Amino acid sequence: MAAKTKSKPTAEFADAPINASLTNEDKIELLRKMVRIRRFEQTSLKHYQGDKIGGFLHLYIGQESVAVGSISLLGENDHVITAYRDHGHALAVGMNMDECMAELFGKATGCSKGKGGSMHYFAPDKNYWGGHGIVGGQTPLGAGLAFALKYKGLKGCCLCYLGDGAINQGAFHESLNLAALWDLPVIYIIENNGYSMGTSQARSSAYPEGGLAQRAEAYNMAWDKIEGVSVYEIRAGVQKAVERAHEESKPSIIEIMTYRHKGHSVADANAEKYRTKEEIQKYMQEHDPIDFWKSTLLEEGVITEDDYKKMNKEAGDEANAAAEFAEKSPFPDESEIFDDIYWEVDNNTEAGRTGRHFFHK
Amino acid sequence: MPREITYREALREGLDEELAHDDNVIIIGEEVAEYNGAYKVTEGLWKKWGDKRLIDAPISEAGFIGMGIGASMLGIRPVMELMFYSFAYVAFDQMMNNAATCRYMSGGLTHCPIVVRGPANGGTNVGATHSHTPENIFANMPGLKVVSPSDPHDVKGLIKSAIRDNDPVYFMESTVLYGMTGEVPSNDELDDGELIVPIGKAKVKKEGTDISLIAHGRAVVTSLLAAEILAEKYDINAEVLDLRSIRPIDEAAIMETVRKTHRAIYIEENKPFCGVGAQISSMIMEQAFDDLDAPVLRITSADAPAFYSPPIEKLQLPTAEEIVERALTIC
Ligand SMILES: Cc1ncc(C[n+]2csc(CCOP(=O)(O)OP(=O)(O)O)c2C)c(N)n1
Ligand SMILES: [Mg+2]
Repeated sequence: MAAKTKSKPTAEFADAPINASLTNEDKIELLRKMVRIRRFEQTSLKHYQGDKIGGFLHLYIGQESVAVGSISLLGENDHVITAYRDHGHALAVGMNMDECMAELFGKATGCSKGKGGSMHYFAPDKNYWGGHGIVGGQTPLGAGLAFALKYKGLKGCCLCYLGDGAINQGAFHESLNLAALWDLPVIYIIENNGYSMGTSQARSSAYPEGGLAQRAEAYNMAWDKIEGVSVYEIRAGVQKAVERAHEESKPSIIEIMTYRHKGHSVADANAEKYRTKEEIQKYMQEHDPIDFWKSTLLEEGVITEDDYKKMNKEAGDEANAAAEFAEKSPFPDESEIFDDIYWEVDNNTEAGRTGRHFFHK
Repeated sequence: MPREITYREALREGLDEELAHDDNVIIIGEEVAEYNGAYKVTEGLWKKWGDKRLIDAPISEAGFIGMGIGASMLGIRPVMELMFYSFAYVAFDQMMNNAATCRYMSGGLTHCPIVVRGPANGGTNVGATHSHTPENIFANMPGLKVVSPSDPHDVKGLIKSAIRDNDPVYFMESTVLYGMTGEVPSNDELDDGELIVPIGKAKVKKEGTDISLIAHGRAVVTSLLAAEILAEKYDINAEVLDLRSIRPIDEAAIMETVRKTHRAIYIEENKPFCGVGAQISSMIMEQAFDDLDAPVLRITSADAPAFYSPPIEKLQLPTAEEIVERALTIC
């Protein structure tokens, strides 16, 4: 079957040096990452509906190009922090499906030992600082990661992701001022999927003609607005901000236009009320980043339809195996409740042994 | 036949009646209007009352709650919904500093008749950021009132009182209780033509003679369960007292039950450190020490952030079994 989404001419972006240098293997890897995220989430949805997963499940389906495209630009000293719609970023930084799925199942083998759940993934060893449940709460932390990099004299940056609704939190505005005032190498990526829960962008935000990111001008900060369906376009656009951060230690805001195919969370009963079925269909058919990148690679002769099928099947198998791993893993032990609260107590230091820390019973 | 409705419906009825009662009552919050409320508390109200009275706010808790406090000084009666009470921490300065102290600092020239309501509970596997129970934290601040209703009757009667109150009232509900059904008389069954529950009056939910289980919010439901087990299995007749409001506290009702049973446990889903139970037990010790036959005990949530994993989070919250077990140590 031919891909539903037509790839539009992206020569301008394909020719950007950062894209021209991609090998065929690199391009295939970008596709594989997106497909793996998609299959991981489809599988998690199945198990959420089968009551294996509790709480909230915010799916990233439709937005995969944003995390995969931007994170593919990062090097050793570059860091990532995001909100609660965090599975895509986690897999994009290289966390594996087993630990991510086990976290959803609330198992001891999860990336956060079953303590954080879907919204609170962490992997500091992969420069991935969460997974944050409070809207906008991660934005000062993003500035802080950038501050630490600069303080230590490292040439790096922090990609801090947030939604189009999160831009209205005061903490974000304070962070923008700090980042611009102190020249912090943080890049705020607004994943603009048009809605914050059931509220459209127009009903939630006052913004200038150029879009949400243009608010950056008030802080004398660089900004850009990017069409998110194309990995080439994302990479070309975000790369400029990464260079700005690395070379000049300057912050940026990049708004990436995207769309979530599913409801706000799986519990969103109104997913087809505040958006029309037609709108959702249109985006799924014409704005699916996986279809789009696949068509690009087919056109470039980098992959065949069979390659794609094989990749898709492998990702599905990997996700099923992860679910099996999660299912078989043990739940955390009750004694875990009081671990991981204080570093000093966990490490049984003098400070940790001095005074009473807990007051249960 | 007495009328039975859910906690959610009762709350909505209370809001609806107050919107009718006073043109200055407005409801603001995230997804409260067009979406009908994230937990459907305000379902249908936007349709009925329109854009002027029900307003969808951007995700800007400090901004819109602070705005509500300002508007309240000019006579508006804003009822602000927090989708989760955990998000109050984003608006902490407004709620703790501005709402609580404007009256004092102006020497009584101003007051802030605002209600901030929403679910404040753990137990739904949404992780530490979404499971805070800040009733003790807000009750710590003079100038603020904190209310925590445990059944449909009270949630209706108390929200009406909260909206008519001339001071800031922080109204803490529970997502776990929204679906609970209970008797709520319709207005034509009532002499006054409406259901008002005064803030500051506790309620004896079950009479007893052997031990007092004192609680607020969902812990009342758990305590009632425990009382049943104590009666059936151990022949212990527990009295269950629902505090209903944390500040003001119905001190007389607490002392009365303690003087009757001589034993007390405070049960709450709050954390132990300076929890509501800490305040209550110190009051009992000061005022009814000679009436006590055993130390006052406290049962709280585990002193740890909320654990996501569903079977483990369950262990963090008070259970009827735990109450029974602790009760047996002092009975
Ligand atoms: C402080 C705070 N307020 C409200 C919420 C509830 N909430 C979670 S996600 C969300 C919508 C956020 O929309 P957006 O920033 O556009 O991100 P998206 O969900 O579209 O990825 C809301 C209101 C929250 N988690 N934290
Ligand atoms: Mg959004």
